[in-house]
Amino acid sequence: MVDVVRGAGGLVPAAEVEDVELYHPKSWLTKYVFCQDAKVIAIQYSLTATAIGLVALVLSWLMRLQLAFPGYFSFIQAENYYQFITMHGMIMVIYLLTALFLGGFGNYLIPLMVGARDMVFPYVNMLSYWIYLLAVLVLVSSFFVPGGPTGAGWTLYPPQAILSGTPGRDWGIIVMLVSLILFIIGFTMGGLNYVVTVLQGRARGMTLMRLPLTVWGIFTATVMALLAFPALFVGAVMMLFDRLLGTSFFMPSLVELGQRSQYGGGSPILWQHLFWFFGHPEVYIVALPAFGIVSDLISTHARKNIFGYRMMVWAIVGIGALSFVVWAHHMYVSGMNPNFGFFFATTTLIIAIPTALKVYNWVLTLWRGDIHLTVPMLFALAFIVTFVNGGLTGLFLGNVVVDVPLSGTMFVVAHFHMVMGVAPILVVFGGIYHWYPKVTGRMLDDTLGRLHFWVTFLGAYAIFFPMHYLGLQGVPRRYYELGQTAFIPPSVATLNVFITVAALIVGAAQMVFLFNLVRSLSHGKEAGGNPWNATTLEWQTPQTPPAHGNWGKELPVVYRWAYDYSVPGADRDFVPQNQPAIVRSA
Amino acid sequence: MATARVLVLIAIGSVMFHLLSPWWFTPIASNWRYIDDTVNITFWITGIVFTIVVLFTAFCVLRFRHQAGRQAAYEPENKKLEWWLAIGTAIGVAAMLTPGLFVWNEFVTVPQEATAIEIVGQQWQWAFRLPGKTGRLGTSDIRFVSDGNPLGLNPKDPDVQGNVVIQGDDLHLPVDKPVRVLLRSIDVVHDFFVPEFRAKMDLVPGLVTRFWFTPTRTGTFEILCAGFCGVGHAQMRGNVVIDTESDYQTWLQKQQTFAQSQVQKNKKLAENEETAR
Repeated sequence: MVDVVRGAGGLVPAAEVEDVELYHPKSWLTKYVFCQDAKVIAIQYSLTATAIGLVALVLSWLMRLQLAFPGYFSFIQAENYYQFITMHGMIMVIYLLTALFLGGFGNYLIPLMVGARDMVFPYVNMLSYWIYLLAVLVLVSSFFVPGGPTGAGWTLYPPQAILSGTPGRDWGIIVMLVSLILFIIGFTMGGLNYVVTVLQGRARGMTLMRLPLTVWGIFTATVMALLAFPALFVGAVMMLFDRLLGTSFFMPSLVELGQRSQYGGGSPILWQHLFWFFGHPEVYIVALPAFGIVSDLISTHARKNIFGYRMMVWAIVGIGALSFVVWAHHMYVSGMNPNFGFFFATTTLIIAIPTALKVYNWVLTLWRGDIHLTVPMLFALAFIVTFVNGGLTGLFLGNVVVDVPLSGTMFVVAHFHMVMGVAPILVVFGGIYHWYPKVTGRMLDDTLGRLHFWVTFLGAYAIFFPMHYLGLQGVPRRYYELGQTAFIPPSVATLNVFITVAALIVGAAQMVFLFNLVRSLSHGKEAGGNPWNATTLEWQTPQTPPAHGNWGKELPVVYRWAYDYSVPGADRDFVPQNQPAIVRSA
Repeated sequence: MATARVLVLIAIGSVMFHLLSPWWFTPIASNWRYIDDTVNITFWITGIVFTIVVLFTAFCVLRFRHQAGRQAAYEPENKKLEWWLAIGTAIGVAAMLTPGLFVWNEFVTVPQEATAIEIVGQQWQWAFRLPGKTGRLGTSDIRFVSDGNPLGLNPKDPDVQGNVVIQGDDLHLPVDKPVRVLLRSIDVVHDFFVPEFRAKMDLVPGLVTRFWFTPTRTGTFEILCAGFCGVGHAQMRGNVVIDTESDYQTWLQKQQTFAQSQVQKNKKLAENEETAR
């Protein structure tokens, strides 16, 4: 029986494997640069992802400026605009969100939360980061190659991605594909580590059903990524061959610049299948870690056990599995056999059920809680609002006939930003406010945190909620300028200005956050080992920040699940996972 | 307190925005009213769920906010409640999916009497082909594409000769007659999108894709490209003019057939050669 009941002792098997000595750094270089400590690697991943994320932020400003004031900025020509949107999308989805959740949060939290000294393959883990950094540098280099980065849209649909009508056709697309291939190689190294560590590296007594949901979310997302990224990998290799060697995997007979090209016999739709076989699971690769983290934030700051833990675990696993059979809902009007629509609409809407159950369990965790409105909790609440909003609009786009008028419009842009942009990033922020004290030993400034929260949350909602209605009106996405269009009223231009102003403000608010991160390093309040009175193992380390090896001499032993908050009869409103069952004398 | 208030404002504000915003579907001009109905059903169901969840969250924040002496309840799970919620959600999902699939079935079932027409995309313009007198669209292939034959029609195919090719001009269609639209691209992926018709479909090089609709009101409707097709994507525009039957016939009489255009082209070529000599 799974023990989700209070104070259940038992189930602490004898240690099967002896504790192994880690490779301890011998110099500054091996301590901070070529470091094998997952915690340092996590910080390296996070800083790199944040840096490239800032590039994406600036790109979003530029594209919003163009949409609000078309023709006003001479340095934003059509080709620049398409380069901006392409790089913004690719950076946010892959180089920021995937890297931050798995490489950043995954590396920091997995070993600590499962009670391990480090990842099981520390050297491979280090290599994973350096290959990721290389992928990022290659990506950045595309801004400096002749012709600039690719402007093919982040989906890189052939044939246009490698034909001359698209910006960055000469170098940009090649650099992009090489960077993606590198990213996947690096990710695979890290990903294998996360999975094996969760399966093999857990402390005594840490059964799978005692894992914090953060670990479940990151673990499931990593398994999915290991299965989904290969589809993008082969697609990228094939497109690279099409571009460089003249093969025709994705290229039918066609006319380029009035001349018949040498290509022939390939299928553009094949790319779409490969891309979305990766691309849809990718949404959940970003979402599942967010689901896991937000569950722990809500439980900790509401001082209440997560409601329906087992349902939450099975929902994560179920969503992960289902997400591999919904990919063609991105392709309802792609010209694939329309009968696929019946199948993919059904699977897509079924996924709404486990997802909805997760939402119910989050709000039911708040019910009869003891809600502390800390900054992490505020971000968790904002996540619920934006995720529910973005999730529900997914029911429009997943339901094949409803998708027909809305696909390719701003409705789609609004939907995926709300559900996989805003919502997960709010969790990233919540997670950073929550775990920063463990990482640095100091608290982030609360006032700046609240300012950052309110501007980001309300601003992001003001950007993306009205945007859905532009899509209903028929405003297409990926338009450099709308020009004169009969069915588009002038009020659309006003709304576009409003959205741009909101976007500029939200972007600026992130500077407050960065300032807070830097300032609190030296000026933050001393946090102590467990400032939030949390139950999970990472808060029970002998030192804060945890030293290399995490646990000092003895590994922790786990006696209970991760959610023993407000247990009736307990002295305090939380019981750490490594605290033995309370023995009462009669 | 403030947090709960903001959450309530978001719920109410979103609903008000939905009801009062000036941005909404363009007035429909095709038979796909069912699509609009399904969208409306989906708005109702999702809107109710959104409002309830956000208001419930606001209530929890208000009612269970930390105060000295408060202790949270301890309730790991509640099987019964979880099952009821799962069943309720499944019913809601079925209420959206079922009509959706019925309408989709209609969408993929082309009526017998529909007239086939062809829409061809290339960077960055639309071209159209109507069957003409024979009533059949002849064959085409990318290898026939040339200056005088931009759509790559098979010049040896007798069916092609009577076809009407329209380039750089509006497509006209008669009102209330179902049309089966066949779509081709000669370069990259495009997407034929007339918001008022609701239906849209990609044009994919190497494939003939299709959809059908019946125009239900006369007027001029703008065609956009909704599939990113390179740097000129936003400029890829055209018009569909829906005529009454008699206006349509008058317009059709004025159009050249493929055979006529080839004769004219050859004549011009000959003249040019003449002057060159």
